[in-house]
Amino acid sequence: MMQVIVDGLVAASFVSLGVVGVSLIYNILNFPSFAQGDYLTIGGYMSLIVVLLLGTAGSIMGLQFGWPLILAAFCAILLTGLIAELLDRTIFGTLRRGGSSRITLIMASFGVALMLRNLIVIFFGPDPTYYVFAIQPALHLWGGARITQNEIVVLAVTVVLVMGLHLFLTRTKLGKSMRAVSENPSLARVNGIDVDNVIRWTWFIGSFLAAIAGTLFGLANGLQPYFGFELLLPMFAALIVGGVTNIYGAILGAVLIGIAESLTVKFLAAEYRQAVSFIAVILVLMVRPQGLLGEKE
Amino acid sequence: MMDIFSYVVFFLIIAGIFSLSTLGLNMQWGFSGLLSVGIVGFFGVGAYTTAFITGPHYTDGFGGFGLPIPIGLVGAMLTSGLFALVVGFPTIRLRHDFLAIGTFGIATCIHLLAMNWRSVTRGFDGLHSLPKPFAGAGSPLVVNMLFLALVVLIVGAVYWAMQRMLRSPWGRVQRAIREDEQAAGALGKNAFSYRLQSFVLGSMLMGLSGALYAQFTGYISPQDMLPIFTFQVFVMLIVGGSGNNRGAIVGTVAIWALWTVSETILVNILPPIMARQASTIRVVMVGFILVVMLLYRPQGLIPEERVVSPEARLGGRKD
Repeated sequence: MMQVIVDGLVAASFVSLGVVGVSLIYNILNFPSFAQGDYLTIGGYMSLIVVLLLGTAGSIMGLQFGWPLILAAFCAILLTGLIAELLDRTIFGTLRRGGSSRITLIMASFGVALMLRNLIVIFFGPDPTYYVFAIQPALHLWGGARITQNEIVVLAVTVVLVMGLHLFLTRTKLGKSMRAVSENPSLARVNGIDVDNVIRWTWFIGSFLAAIAGTLFGLANGLQPYFGFELLLPMFAALIVGGVTNIYGAILGAVLIGIAESLTVKFLAAEYRQAVSFIAVILVLMVRPQGLLGEKE
Repeated sequence: MMDIFSYVVFFLIIAGIFSLSTLGLNMQWGFSGLLSVGIVGFFGVGAYTTAFITGPHYTDGFGGFGLPIPIGLVGAMLTSGLFALVVGFPTIRLRHDFLAIGTFGIATCIHLLAMNWRSVTRGFDGLHSLPKPFAGAGSPLVVNMLFLALVVLIVGAVYWAMQRMLRSPWGRVQRAIREDEQAAGALGKNAFSYRLQSFVLGSMLMGLSGALYAQFTGYISPQDMLPIFTFQVFVMLIVGGSGNNRGAIVGTVAIWALWTVSETILVNILPPIMARQASTIRVVMVGFILVVMLLYRPQGLIPEERVVSPEARLGGRKD
């Protein structure tokens, strides 16, 4: 049972870092972005480029990675952010200013997602790859559960980032403006909030967390061009389960989806883990459409 | 010469079959402003349903009823419609962008079932040796020409019906709801019910499209159900002109032509080491076309008609 919780929380880490971007974009830009999963993939592969250039992921304190991978993650954040900004300037921003419907934006994000994913396949090939090819030693926890060093890193980094995000949203002027825009864009605008600036930061924070999530995923599980896309459905499920208007709800949703997935793997069949997300979406929409922490519209 | 002719027949059959999916999306998106991100799921449900109904008996799979092909096609439409109800009912009554997420989810699940529920779907081995209509009629070319005639007949009938629907009160209400749900609601139109109808009918067309595909190729496997198909249908409709039935068909033929021709060209011009990537490059290319169309000509090649029922205008007033 302990193992189910450990695996569930590790899976939830990637989903929760990804869903923050989905939630911010959904609330501030008003559409569910089908490209967010692939931003994780881009982030993971951007780190791979730096690791390949440096020739090593390094090692500190007996871990399987060191400064080179940390540097790589920083480069990945910048590059993924740059790509997100570029895509907003050329595509999403142009559509938004042209008054395109939400449906058009969804479709464009689906197209962007496919292009990004296939560009990764063109440059890196379809096969899995790793930052470090060594076997990951596992630690034994109480209750007979096992966890690898890298998975501990995943959990720790996720907890730190979620706390950081909370402080950012509640304590900084920018964070507060983001919440204001997501609640009521026109009211925020008349109160002198620079909405364009908020939008730029929305993409940046989304891609910042996506780049880290992608790098962590690569560290713990290895990279392949479809991993981000496969995380997209759990991310949407987390968003809906938690309540689309509530970013903390989305993170709670991610934890629940992660645990539900690992329960499925343990007691039903590993092949159907993605189906959990779909069933969760339908059940929540039938029973409590505003989600666990969402407010009724 | 005969080679080219039989290739053209083959090409038109596939384009005709796919145009049913595009018309289905046009019903959902063009008429009612609903987006299905799981087109391939409904296509797949249709294909598997007809395979179960008309296919041979497999020792390690479901089906083998050996019923006539028309029953397979009708069954495919009904099952796809049922799947559409399951996902449409809970999502459309809320914010209708939830439908995009819901359809994406159901398509993923259908693909998982096709891959993993081996005792029914035979997994990646797929269901094979499905009966082909007119199989006994003569040479393969004759069979294909008859099949093409059938496809043209079905597409023609669907086109005719959809034109009638577009110009009917039903079609005008759909457009009204798409443009302004509250105003339509104030006129006593139940937006949820209208939207659900259009979503289910569109999904049934996608199911029919999948069923014809399975009958034509005689084989269906999870490999025929990749997300790229959903995307191709998007591009076909956007390029053709969403909201316009003629546009949906023209867009399908244009994009399918580009897709098949570009494969030949890419394989020939790319260095051998890159040729393996041809299909990937094509996806990027088509993605690029979609984005360019959305940015510069969102109305498509044949835009939607602004007035669908000129004779219904009050007192012959001009705009």
